[in-house]
Amino acid sequence: MNQLNWLIVYPEIFLLLMTSVVALVGVNASESRLNLTFWIAEVSLGILALMHLNLLQSGATVYGMQRMVVADPLGHLLALAAAIATMITLGFARPYLKSRDLLKGEFLSLAMFSLLGISVMVSANNFLVVYVGLELMSLSLYALTALRRDHAVSTEAAMKYFVLGALASGFLLYGLSMMYGATGTLDIPYVFDAIHKGTAAPQVLTFGLVFIVAGLAFKLGLAPFHMWVPDVYQGAPTAVTLLISGAPKLAAFGITFRILVEGLSGLATDWQEMLIVLSVVSMSLGNLAAIAQSNLKRLLAYSAIAQLGFMLLGFTPTVINLSTANAVNGYSSALFYLITYVLTTLGTFGLVMYLSRHGFESEEISDLAGLGKRAPWIAGVMSLFMFSLAGIPPLVGFYAKFAVLQALVSTGIKGYIILAVIAVLLSLIGAYYYLRIVKTMFFDEPVDASPIRGDTGTTVLLALNGLAALGFGLMPDGLMSACRDAVLKAFST
Amino acid sequence: MIFLNMAIWLPILAGVVLLAIGRDENAPTVRWLALAAAVASFLVTIPLITGFDNAKVGMQFETRLTWIERFNATYHLGVDGISVWFVLLTAFITVIVVIAGWEVITKRVNQYMGAFLILSGLMIGVFAAVDGLLFYTFFEATLIPMYIIIGVWGGPNRIYASFKFFLYTLLGSLLMLVAIVYLYIQSQGSFDIPTWHALKLSMEAQTLLFFAFLAAFSVKVPMWPVHTWLPDAHVEAPTGGSVVLAAIMLKLGAYGFLRFSLPIAPDASHHWAWLIIALSLIAVVYIGLVALVQTDMKKLVAYSSIAHMGFCTLGFFIFNSLGMQGAIVQMISHGFVSGAMFLCIGVLYDRVHSRDIAAYGGVVNTMPMFASFAVLFAMANCGLPGTAGFVGEWMVILATTGFNFWVAALAATALVFGAAYTLWMVKRVYFGPVTKGSVSRLKDINAREFFMLALLAIAVLAMGLYPKPFTDVMQVSVDELLKHVAQSKLL
Repeated sequence: MNQLNWLIVYPEIFLLLMTSVVALVGVNASESRLNLTFWIAEVSLGILALMHLNLLQSGATVYGMQRMVVADPLGHLLALAAAIATMITLGFARPYLKSRDLLKGEFLSLAMFSLLGISVMVSANNFLVVYVGLELMSLSLYALTALRRDHAVSTEAAMKYFVLGALASGFLLYGLSMMYGATGTLDIPYVFDAIHKGTAAPQVLTFGLVFIVAGLAFKLGLAPFHMWVPDVYQGAPTAVTLLISGAPKLAAFGITFRILVEGLSGLATDWQEMLIVLSVVSMSLGNLAAIAQSNLKRLLAYSAIAQLGFMLLGFTPTVINLSTANAVNGYSSALFYLITYVLTTLGTFGLVMYLSRHGFESEEISDLAGLGKRAPWIAGVMSLFMFSLAGIPPLVGFYAKFAVLQALVSTGIKGYIILAVIAVLLSLIGAYYYLRIVKTMFFDEPVDASPIRGDTGTTVLLALNGLAALGFGLMPDGLMSACRDAVLKAFST
Repeated sequence: MIFLNMAIWLPILAGVVLLAIGRDENAPTVRWLALAAAVASFLVTIPLITGFDNAKVGMQFETRLTWIERFNATYHLGVDGISVWFVLLTAFITVIVVIAGWEVITKRVNQYMGAFLILSGLMIGVFAAVDGLLFYTFFEATLIPMYIIIGVWGGPNRIYASFKFFLYTLLGSLLMLVAIVYLYIQSQGSFDIPTWHALKLSMEAQTLLFFAFLAAFSVKVPMWPVHTWLPDAHVEAPTGGSVVLAAIMLKLGAYGFLRFSLPIAPDASHHWAWLIIALSLIAVVYIGLVALVQTDMKKLVAYSSIAHMGFCTLGFFIFNSLGMQGAIVQMISHGFVSGAMFLCIGVLYDRVHSRDIAAYGGVVNTMPMFASFAVLFAMANCGLPGTAGFVGEWMVILATTGFNFWVAALAATALVFGAAYTLWMVKRVYFGPVTKGSVSRLKDINAREFFMLALLAIAVLAMGLYPKPFTDVMQVSVDELLKHVAQSKLL
C-alpha cells in the first residue's frame, strides 16, 4: 500500500516525457520542424487518450505514490476527455496561430503542460497533489494568455487572469490548510474519515469550507467569482480561449468532486446550499448579461458562466433527508453535462477561428451575418452547436439538461422541483441569444458576400464536432453509462 | 413496423440529402427530388390506413427498441385510431407544400425543400411516439426547421415573428418537460405513455400536471389568451410555412391534450373543464369577432384558425364520444381547409404581392377557375353542409347541446361569425367589379396550381360527403380514451 507504484501513473509519465520532447524539439524551430513538433504533440495526445481509454475500460481503482494519487474510472474518463479536448484544440489552433506567427514550440508545450496539470488534478487523492496540479495548469494558462505579448488587450487579460487566479489559488490553499488544521491530514480519504468521526472542530471546518468553495467557484468561473471570465475569453488569442474553455473545466469538475464529494461529503449539507446559490446566481447573471453582448467571444464567456451554473445543479442533491441515494444520479448527470458542453464549446470557438483570417479576428456577432449564404455547411454546424447549447432536442445539450433536471426532480422535494423550474426558465432566456446567432447567420444579409475559404483540416474537424453534437444527442446512452459507472465507482470507494 | 418508421425517416433522410446536394444552379433537380421524396413518404403511409384494424384497442404497427438505457427510454412507435389520420394528413400536406413552393421559391431551394421534408418527418414522429421522451424530442425538434423557414423565407417582419414563435412555444414546452420528468419519477422510471395513463396520482399532482401540459399545448393550439404568436407567424411565414403551421403544427397541441392531459390527469381535467370550455368559447366568439375586422387576408385566416381550434378543445372537454370524435374530425378537416385557404392567398400574393383585402376586388372576372376553388374552400371554412368543415362543427355542437344548452348556443354563434368574416372577405376579394389595375392583369391558375387545389378540393368534399371512414377508424380508440377519462385515478 505504501509503495511508490510508479507504474500506476504511466499515462502521466508518458505525457511528461512527450511534453519535454515537444519542448526540446520546438525550441527555435524552423517551419518544417514546427510541423514535426505539432504532429509529435498530436500523436502523443492520441496515444495518451488510448491509454486512458484502455484503463477506463479495465474499470479498476488503484492507489499509487503512497496513496497520493488514485487511478480510478472517473479520473481516466476526465483525463481522456481532457486529452481529446486538447487534441481538438491544437487542431483548430494550428492554422489560426500560423497565420499570426504565434505558432511556436511554446504554445504546444505549454498546452501539454496544462494537460499534465489537469491529469494530475483529476487523479489526486491528496490536497497537496490537487494544488500542485492546479498550479501547473494555471501557470501554463496564464503564460498562454499572454502569448500575443505585444497586444495590449491580451496582456491585460493575462494580468487579470494571473492576479485573480493567484488570489483564488490562495483562497483554495487557505481553505485546505484549515481542513488540515481541523483533521490533521491532507489525504482525502483520511479527511473524510476524520469528519465522519466527528473529532474535527466544526467551526474550523465550515470556515475552511467557505474558502474552498470560493476557490473552486473561481476556477469554474461561477458568479459572483466570474469577473475574469469575459475579459480573459475576449482578450486571449482565440486559440488560447479555446484551450481555457475546454479541458480546464473538466479539471475543475474533477477537483470539485475529489475535494467536496470524496473529502468533505460530511459537510455536504453546508456546501450544497452554497452551490445552489452559486448556480442560481450564475445562471441568472450569465444568461442576462449574454443578451447585451455584441462580441461573440464575450457572449460565449457569459454563456459559459450560465452553462456551468446549470451543470453545478447536479452537485446539489447530494444529501437529501440524510441519505445520499440521489447523489450518484446528480453527479453523473453533471459529468455528462460538462463533457458534452466542452465538446460543443470547442466547436463554437473552432468556428470563430475558422472565420478569422490574417489580420481579421471575426469576433463580433455581426461578422457572422449571412454566413448561411457564404458557407452553408459551416453555418449549419454552428447552428447545431447553438441549438445544442440552448437545449433543443435532438441535440446533445437537451439530454444533458434533461439529465440534470431529472436528478433534481427525483429528490421529490419541493425546493428542488422549484429549483428545476427556475433553471428551466433561465435557460429559456438563454435560448434567446443562441437563437440570435442563428438569426444573424441565416436571416441577415452578408456584408461581404465572398465565399469563405477556410482551412480544410478545420472544416473536417468542425464537421466531426458537429456530428458528435448530433450523434451524442440521438444516442446518448454510451457516454451516459460511462459517466454513471465512473461516478459510481469513485463514490463507493 | 417498417411503414411507420419509413414515414418518419424517409422524409428526414431525403431532407438531409437535399441539404447536402443543394446549389441554386440545380434547383430543378432539387424540386423533382423533393417531390419524389414527398410522394414516396406519402405512399408509405397508405398501408397504415389500409392495414389498420378498426376493432383493435391500443397501438398498432408498433416498434419497440431500447434507446437510452439509463433513463429506460425506448424508441417506441405506434399509432392508434386517433393518431393514424394525422400521420396521413402530415404526409399529404407535405406533398402539397412541395408543389406550392415549386416556382415561388427561387433562393436556396434545397434548404427550403429540405426543411419542409425534415419537418414532416418530425411531425409524424410526434404523432407516432409512444414514449414520453421520444414525444418531447420530436415535439421540440419541430421548432428548429419552422424557425428557419419563417426566418429565411418570410416577409419583412420575419425576424420578430420567428423569435416570437420559437420562444413562446419553447416556454410552454419547457414546463411540460418538468411535468414529463415528474411523471417519469412517479412511475418509478418509465417513459411509457400507456404506463402513465394507468398511474394513480393525487389531486394536487394532477392539477399541477394538468397546468404544465396546458402551458405547452395551449400555446401550440393556440388558445386564447396565448394565441398572439400565431397571427404574427402566419403573416410573416412563406405560404408553405403557413400551410404547415395551420394544417399540422396546431394539431400537435390538440393531439397533446388527447395523449397527455386527459388520460393522465382525468380528475383534474374534469375539475378544470369549465376553464377550458370558457377559454374555448372566448376563442370561438371573441376571436371570431376579431377576425371580422381584419384587413389582411392571412391574418383573417389565422384568426379563423384560432376560432376553429376552439371547437376542438371544446369537443375534448365535454367528455362524450360524439364531441371528441367531432373534435378530431374538425382537426383533420381544418387541416385541409385552412391549408387550402392559405394556398389560395399564396396564389394571389404571388401575382399581386399584397395580402390586403382592399388591394383586390372582382378576381372572379379575371381568374374564374381559381375563384371557384377559392369559394369552395371559403364555404368549407364557414361550415357549409357537404364540405369537410361542416361535419366536425356539427358533431361538436350536437354533443355540446347534450352537455349544456347555453354553451352550445354560444358555440353555434361561431357558425354565424365564421360565415360572416369568410363570406365578407370573399365578397370583397372575389366578387364585384374590377377596379384595380393589378387585378385586371391577373392570369388564371396554371396546371400546377390547379392540381394542388384540386387535390385539396377532393379531400374537402370527400370528407364532407362521406365522413364514415374517418369516424370508423377512431371509434374504438376514442371510446377507450373516454373510458380512461371517466375513471378516477385519485390515490
